[in-house]
Amino acid sequence: MKTKQLFAGLTLMATGLGTAQADYTLNLMEGVTSISRDVYGLHMLVLWVCVFIGIAVFGTMFYSIYYHRKSRGYKASNFHESTKVEIIWTIIPTVILILLAIPATKVMLEMDDLKDSEMSIKVTGWQWKWEYEYLDNGIHFFSSLDEASNKARQVGSGIDPRTVPNYLLEVDKPLVVPVNTKIRFLFTAADVIHSWWVPDLGWKKDTIPGYINEAWTSVEKAGTYRGQCTELCGKDHGFMPIVVIAMEKPDYEAWVAEQKGIAVANAAAADKEWSQEDLINKGESVYANNCASCHMADGAGLAGTFPAVTGSSVVTGDINAQVELMLNGKGMMPAFGQMLDPVDFAAVSTFIRNGLGNSVGDSIQPAAIKTLQAAIPAVEYDDDDE
Amino acid sequence: MSAVVAEHEHDDHHDHGPEKGFLRWIITTNHKDIGTLYLFFALAMFFVGGTMALIIRAELFEPGMQFVSPQFFNSMTTMHALVMVFGAVMPAFVGFANWQIPMMIGAPDMALPRMNNMSFWMLVAGILLLASTLFMEGGAPASGWTLYPPLVLQTGAALPFAIFAVHMLGISSIMGAINIIATIFNMRAPKMTLMKMPLFVWTWLITAFLLIAIMPVFAGAVTMLLTDRFFDTSFFDAAGGGDPVLYQHIFWFFGHPEVYVMILPTFGVASTIIPVFARKPLFGYSSMVYATAAIAFLSFIVWAHHMFTVGMPMAGELYFMYATMLIAIPTGVKIFNWTATMWQGSMTFEAPMLFSIAFVVLFTLGGFTGLMMALAPVDFQYHDTYFIVAHFHYTLVPASIFIIMAGAYFWLPKWTGNMYNERLARFHFWLSAISVNILFFPQHFLGLAGMPRRIPDYAVQFADWNMVSSVGAFIFGFSQLLFLYIVIQTIRGGTGEKVTDEVWEDAHKHGLEWTLPSPVPYHTFATPPEKIPTEHF
Repeated sequence: MKTKQLFAGLTLMATGLGTAQADYTLNLMEGVTSISRDVYGLHMLVLWVCVFIGIAVFGTMFYSIYYHRKSRGYKASNFHESTKVEIIWTIIPTVILILLAIPATKVMLEMDDLKDSEMSIKVTGWQWKWEYEYLDNGIHFFSSLDEASNKARQVGSGIDPRTVPNYLLEVDKPLVVPVNTKIRFLFTAADVIHSWWVPDLGWKKDTIPGYINEAWTSVEKAGTYRGQCTELCGKDHGFMPIVVIAMEKPDYEAWVAEQKGIAVANAAAADKEWSQEDLINKGESVYANNCASCHMADGAGLAGTFPAVTGSSVVTGDINAQVELMLNGKGMMPAFGQMLDPVDFAAVSTFIRNGLGNSVGDSIQPAAIKTLQAAIPAVEYDDDDE
Repeated sequence: MSAVVAEHEHDDHHDHGPEKGFLRWIITTNHKDIGTLYLFFALAMFFVGGTMALIIRAELFEPGMQFVSPQFFNSMTTMHALVMVFGAVMPAFVGFANWQIPMMIGAPDMALPRMNNMSFWMLVAGILLLASTLFMEGGAPASGWTLYPPLVLQTGAALPFAIFAVHMLGISSIMGAINIIATIFNMRAPKMTLMKMPLFVWTWLITAFLLIAIMPVFAGAVTMLLTDRFFDTSFFDAAGGGDPVLYQHIFWFFGHPEVYVMILPTFGVASTIIPVFARKPLFGYSSMVYATAAIAFLSFIVWAHHMFTVGMPMAGELYFMYATMLIAIPTGVKIFNWTATMWQGSMTFEAPMLFSIAFVVLFTLGGFTGLMMALAPVDFQYHDTYFIVAHFHYTLVPASIFIIMAGAYFWLPKWTGNMYNERLARFHFWLSAISVNILFFPQHFLGLAGMPRRIPDYAVQFADWNMVSSVGAFIFGFSQLLFLYIVIQTIRGGTGEKVTDEVWEDAHKHGLEWTLPSPVPYHTFATPPEKIPTEHF
């Protein structure tokens, strides 16, 4: 199997890339926005310029290598200077560069034009997931690597990535946007620098703690577009994909309504009384999705970097102190207060005290978490377009 | 004053040869010995850094995580870069500088021999300290060689050690640079005016100034990391009023000239080798000097093209785009000049020439992709993908590394008096030249198709080209054992054929070193040469 692929790859190299297999590309994608097409056009322009210069320079060189060799008895000339020639081959590249700079500047200015955006989405990078906030309608969620990819990508998982649909490019909750709508994105980060890149949109933008960067897009075609974090952000940098689903406007409206319904249901769930057993059951999957990448699936942690949960003095000590630490974070541990809803937060808090080898026996209710979270000051965003 | 001179003359009567035994290599102040030390150290680090690269390529051979943890993978990419830059490429060129600059300008030794020794051993200590972080709690630094905060501040126990290692490497480089400048300015033979110096000497002179300008900047940047982590400052911490992007500006103010520190001496060696095998003087000597100076100047004012995606103001983006595009002009002049040097020459293709021609062609490819990514809007797509990985590896591996090998084949016969095995060397060339393209060319496709850099695992549509690239990596890596074999064989007698003093046909017209006996004596040019070659201008 492996050998076959290997030979297939080498044969491809040898036959000049003509018979490309269906599932990979050699060139930049054109994308689905006017910007991405402009960028693609620029890319092709500069690529062809390079190809022609290359043919001229290498052509001259190889002609010389073939004819001006000692073994053919060629006698060396002795010229070694020509101001005229030097001036010519300084001026020609300069002209070419100016001709490239003009369209590049145009595209650059167009990318920067955030005027008349119809909606805004704030994107926050976290180790290692994305947070999306729709500033116009209050929809807010986290998006992380889907469970199937996450299982398959563990060292020695024994799962063939080829059997996992959209391996490493699938998330639990994709970003949904309407088509033909000018969307302004605001980018920031909660811990380290990340970079948000969906190639089909034609750009990437760094998300930096303490900064708010802007960019815009207007997707012209409904579909699913995939990308990844492109700034090294720690051990799971390769495992925080981005999925954008562009929907026709009516479909998007329906999705918004659905999300609002879910938010209401979640709020109701937070107010009801939960049994310890239900909390532990729910907490197990919350732990797997949010905690296991550092503290490991069995709670053993990683010596020197990530402390163990099993037998931890925090987890086996006072429950309020543990919840406090989880709410606000500590060092590399992110503040989960903003990341998990009250039910998930209470569930995972209860789970780690009564699972992973711990057996403290107590639990905490979502309602209590909700009160604590309400005390965290909310960040206000100015949504004006200046 | 005259008494001092007399005493020296007296010394000369009984102190000609090197120290006996192992101690020679510890305490030597001889430029040739120190050059040898630098070159062997660089070769050793080339294999250490190469092993790390092969660990990376082994993990990327197939999708899925097979061998290493993601954290260790990140340590490997970080350490591979640091070891190759500071342990292999830079020391190799300092090794050439030590051997060649005194011989090329007709000087008896480097101007500051004791400092020369110290700067070498400082380098060894710095690299060993850096390598020791691999065994520390929390692992070696894993934030990329750029050491961007806030991520780098999450490094475990290794952080202060890595920072101190950077300090030591910086001090070593600065001392080396001071020595080279002092030598070139003060110790040239009487007739060796600046515009008659071989281009290798010129490129090193400019490189040395770059080093002195940038290493303190890098040291400052990492020191601020140190105080941010341990002394509660907030230089790069937004929560304390600092600015994480400030680090990137400082780093690249160092980092961009740093890449020219690795490429300018490369240009110098290529400009030395190509005329010899074309049997023609170098075309456009003075324009080569001016182009080198222009590239060095531009290198200081283009740094933020590494940061197009951090969200600079439009004026900044446009400025850095235009300034970066300008680099294509002097670089183009150099490539045209090399081509014109070959034009109507009487070329032969021994191993040094083969590697040099491959350098011109493949470096030009790296230059083309460099021009492509100079265009800021398109760089928004290329940035931090495998397209970039392909770009800078083309400018480093088939450029700097190939030229280091060309230089080794070119000068080893002079240094040892023995000829290397030409058949094996050509075989080494073809293996390297083909495999390096199998290794890096597919990475262009991967990057354009959307594969980010520094990821330990990838989506399955990237599988085929990653496999090809890994195959190329292993062929390239193991081919270099052949280089090691040829070098050792040459030192130990080579083909048995004794080389002439000029080694290469009519080489004496191209440089002073070829007027010396082969092998070169331990001490050369105790009195400056009367005549200097005039062929390279």
